Amino acid sequence: MAYFLFRRTLGFVLTLLAVSLVVFAVMNVLPGDPALTILGMDASEDAIAALREQLGLNEPLVTRYVSWVWNALQGDFGLSHSFRVPVSELIAERLPMTISLAVAGMLVTLVLALGLGITAAAQHGRAGDWGVMFLSQLGIAVPAFWLSILLVMLFAVKLRWLPPGGFAGWDDPAAALRSLILPTVALALVQSAVLARVTRSSALEVMRQDFVRTARASGLSRRRVLWRHVLPNALVPIVTIVGMQFAALVTGTIVIENVFYLPGLGRLIFQSIANRDLPTVQALVMLFAAIVVTANFVVDLLYVVIDPRLKARA
Amino acid sequence: MSEPTLSRTLPALALAFGLMASASAAAELVIGMQQEPTSLDPTADATASIDSMMTQNVFESLTIVAENGEVQPNLATSWEVSEDGLTYTFTLAEGVAFHDGSTLDADDVVYSFDRAMGEDSVNPSKDIFEPIESVKAVDPQTVEITLKNKDAFFLFNMGQGDSAIVASESVETNNANPVGSGPFKFDSWTRGDRLTLVKNPDHRDAAEVALDKVVFRFISDPAAATAAMMAEELDAFPGFPAPELLPQFEADPRFRVNVGSTEGEVILAMNNAKPPFDNVEVRRAVATAIDRDEIIEGAMYGQAVPIGSFYPPHGTAYVDLTDAYPHDSTKAEEMFEAAGVAGATMTLRVPPFPYATRSAEIIQNQLSEAGIDAKVENVEWGFWIDEVYKKKNYDMTIIAHTSPNDMGNFARGPDYFYGYDNAEMTALWEKIQTEVDAEARNELLKQGQQMLSDQSVHGFLFQLPLLGVFRQEVEGYWSSSPVLYMPLKNVSIAN
Repeated sequence: MAYFLFRRTLGFVLTLLAVSLVVFAVMNVLPGDPALTILGMDASEDAIAALREQLGLNEPLVTRYVSWVWNALQGDFGLSHSFRVPVSELIAERLPMTISLAVAGMLVTLVLALGLGITAAAQHGRAGDWGVMFLSQLGIAVPAFWLSILLVMLFAVKLRWLPPGGFAGWDDPAAALRSLILPTVALALVQSAVLARVTRSSALEVMRQDFVRTARASGLSRRRVLWRHVLPNALVPIVTIVGMQFAALVTGTIVIENVFYLPGLGRLIFQSIANRDLPTVQALVMLFAAIVVTANFVVDLLYVVIDPRLKARA
Repeated sequence: MSEPTLSRTLPALALAFGLMASASAAAELVIGMQQEPTSLDPTADATASIDSMMTQNVFESLTIVAENGEVQPNLATSWEVSEDGLTYTFTLAEGVAFHDGSTLDADDVVYSFDRAMGEDSVNPSKDIFEPIESVKAVDPQTVEITLKNKDAFFLFNMGQGDSAIVASESVETNNANPVGSGPFKFDSWTRGDRLTLVKNPDHRDAAEVALDKVVFRFISDPAAATAAMMAEELDAFPGFPAPELLPQFEADPRFRVNVGSTEGEVILAMNNAKPPFDNVEVRRAVATAIDRDEIIEGAMYGQAVPIGSFYPPHGTAYVDLTDAYPHDSTKAEEMFEAAGVAGATMTLRVPPFPYATRSAEIIQNQLSEAGIDAKVENVEWGFWIDEVYKKKNYDMTIIAHTSPNDMGNFARGPDYFYGYDNAEMTALWEKIQTEVDAEARNELLKQGQQMLSDQSVHGFLFQLPLLGVFRQEVEGYWSSSPVLYMPLKNVSIAN
């Protein structure tokens, strides 16, 4: 187990290092100058030069990269070129928003997908199955962006049941939850379509096996067999997809946050790339990479929990 | 239409205090803004939305510009100009204080100017301070500014956000916590969400200010902006990004739509230093090939005024030159042939603004009707600034120049991204800058417009409109703007 953890941690660190190198290289190769973006077209040459000096852009690339890594290891991600406040502060104030959205999205996705997927498998060949297949096809085809706008037009503009966007702040939990409903639904509808299909096919696989027939034959109810015997055994492929989807959810918040004007990390990374704000982009991409790697790590741990047979190998 | 009670229960912070006809209720205005800035200091960042929110609301300058373009007193209640036009003596208002309580006097004015003109200055409009020789505090209420040469735009420039008066104690953190002297104080900024200002009760004009609180909400997506307006989460959206979505507001009795003018000239810039655009006949052919009306209809849904040269139609010196090159595809084709570029390929590198990308498609079509193979390249803003603006790596591009009094762009010589080299224009602009008599200056400006049109330096397309959507009860907003700001002290909500 210890060796397993060591290998994974090493992989984690190496991945982050590689990501940081790539981001640094790409941002510096991309045409565009943060100083010019800040001061605009009509600025004088010496004002731009003065700002470049202030932002430390005249140092050689290697020096800038090495000092960035050194500081990052100590938890200092530098000052944002455009906001001129510590990057860690920028991220800290927006992280809760994005994480809340991703977690809420994941939970709704799980409930919807598992429910629909298992139901479809149980109703295999009948109306329920076809219904779920059709809906999931629709869900996969529909872009989240477009769906979001439709939801806003119906629930916020026409019916006035929910706010069209924005985040009311956690001071008023009821209002905060109301602002999260539409964005979560938009995220979840698309993701659960994919997961429902995976659940369905995995469940069908398991249902074909002998032990299921035995369980039914020994008098256990259909429902009990489905939820206590089929689902737990169908979990391995489902958990794999969930791991990948969590990463997709976190990065998918970029689009959702823009449509619902939520103050999350998605909008920040979008804005920072356009502004060529290297320190912020660097820290954010590293954060997303860390989340993805962690999600996969958790999935790997979950495998061992779900399927004790794998424990021996780990 | 849903009942008023349902709309009142919406959780949006902004509408919490309501807009009811009650003397004790605080008057709160919620304004939608498309672009969120990353800094709140107009003297260190050029982003236009900083000026729309901060200038003359939180920060103040010596003078202020009115809606009709007239310069009026602000922090300086009056001024005297010496005989030779080189020395300005400003008398400052009494009892002015910064929002942190410290007094604003001549020393702060001197500090602000020294900072803007200094070697390390990162002021985005540093060249408006270029004519200044010295700034002196004669006494706490009097400032004397001496110029190197006469500057016709001096008083106007002193009314911009770049020349705002700041305090040395608070200037370092003005990007996140702006401290000014204006009728509104900065309250809070939740990045990515909203920015709040509150009325400054100690301001000398506080009695005239009708609003107690102003909340700016940042919504970049036009569909989301429309939804927010329709759901009555916002009271105003003064810079509405999508002309195609206006009709639904025009049809709705709750709202009024304003189509005003700005100082932004939208041009089809041609790289005058790169063949074949160094040939005036080719440039004239391009001008003949394009059809402004079709571009305005298609790109701006009819909501823009065409221009024939580089000057706003609402300006006092405007000359209508839109008929200098009447649209004629056949004639344009002949002109291209005569110049030896028939069937040539021309690249149009366009930044990601709707006015630019939409116009590009239409122009591409119009050029192909004149036998030119025009290719459109949609590029990112950072790319545009580097490749097109800095490196002049382009054939044609579409851009809006939003600064007032910017005909001087054509006097910047071939190093400027236009690649335009004309000593006559440079000399004319110098005369314009130093001509303090308005009538004489207007005559010179007319000459300048004629020159630019004769040489068809660029394709002059249209003036960028100021599109705003407002709830009927909101009053006091400017219809057009000669500058980049809009003073909120004149805005009120009727009952």
